Amino acid sequence: MENILGLVALGCGLIVGLGAIGASIGIGLMGGKFLEASARQPELINELQTKMFILAGLIDAAFLIGVAIALLFAFANPFVLA
Amino acid sequence: MAAEAHAPTASEYIVHHLQHLQNIKQKSVIDLSVVNYDSVIVSVVVGVLGLFFFWLAARKATSGVPGRWQAAVEMMVEMVDTQAKATIHNAQSRKVIAPLALTVFVWIFLMNAMDLLPVDLLPVIWAQIYGAAGHDPSHAYLRVVPTADLSTTLGLSVSVLILCLIYSVKIKGLGGWLHELVTAPFGTSKNPLFALILGVVNLFMQIIEYVAKTVSHGMRLFGNMYAGELVFMLIALMGGAAALSLSGVLLPLGHIIAGSIWAIFHILIITLQAFIFMMLTLIYLGQAHEAH
Repeated sequence: MENILGLVALGCGLIVGLGAIGASIGIGLMGGKFLEASARQPELINELQTKMFILAGLIDAAFLIGVAIALLFAFANPFVLA
Repeated sequence: MAAEAHAPTASEYIVHHLQHLQNIKQKSVIDLSVVNYDSVIVSVVVGVLGLFFFWLAARKATSGVPGRWQAAVEMMVEMVDTQAKATIHNAQSRKVIAPLALTVFVWIFLMNAMDLLPVDLLPVIWAQIYGAAGHDPSHAYLRVVPTADLSTTLGLSVSVLILCLIYSVKIKGLGGWLHELVTAPFGTSKNPLFALILGVVNLFMQIIEYVAKTVSHGMRLFGNMYAGELVFMLIALMGGAAALSLSGVLLPLGHIIAGSIWAIFHILIITLQAFIFMMLTLIYLGQAHEAH
């Protein structure tokens, strides 16, 4: 029982932490490229901005789904009930 | 503290808040007999409200100087129209799809915006009503955000999938669509044996594509809203924890600061997620129009 609790706590930390690393790298790469591209061709900024926001949402989503699952495990742990 | 017979612990509080107001308890992961009344009622109410306010704008529309609300509605309509023109090149189907996209955007935005109400406001009111009706108020469950319910978001994304299938058949014809199912993405071959193998592989890939599109479409919105709701609950717990300890006098301050920051960040998230859901609807429907 305590074993499971501890492992789930570790798991939650890993889910949030690794997810945050991935999302940050993704957002950083994309934001950097966006700035580069808009410095090179300022007339494309509007068009690129829409696409950047879509992609930001897509990148963010994977991380936030992870956070949701981790928080669910932390508070309503399905493994302990079973 | 002894007077409070059952002050809920943190876990109990969260579990209580994650329980839907539903007809029967959900037993398995997929249980089609469960109806979440809270999601249904809240989504219909905000949908009707949205319709009403847009109707107001349409009724008072002038070609002269527009009022503030009319200008806002015009901006939204124009934004959706631009996106629809960019992704769907068929003017005939745009007549249906552009209003659909606007509906999806506004409706999801309004459902997401329920997240900005204080987490305990409606559940506490509901518990009072439930208690006044002679039931045990601690069994009054209510989840306010319809898009934090997987049933709602997957329902929306499955509707988009069905529309995609309808448009595929409508644009390409039944034969054309079936032909595409077995020839895209890898093409076909002159040799009948290879053609058969490629056909099976292509069909398999197409099915995976449709399932992955639909599931990720719904899960993305759900995950964002669910995480948002949970973080709001954690912030609420932070303020609540102050009552239990002497060292926690500063926690209400943290509660206010963290709550404000997360709520402001959440205004961005709810708009962005509604926008993304609309864009992906347009993109998927645009794909249904393209012949390979």
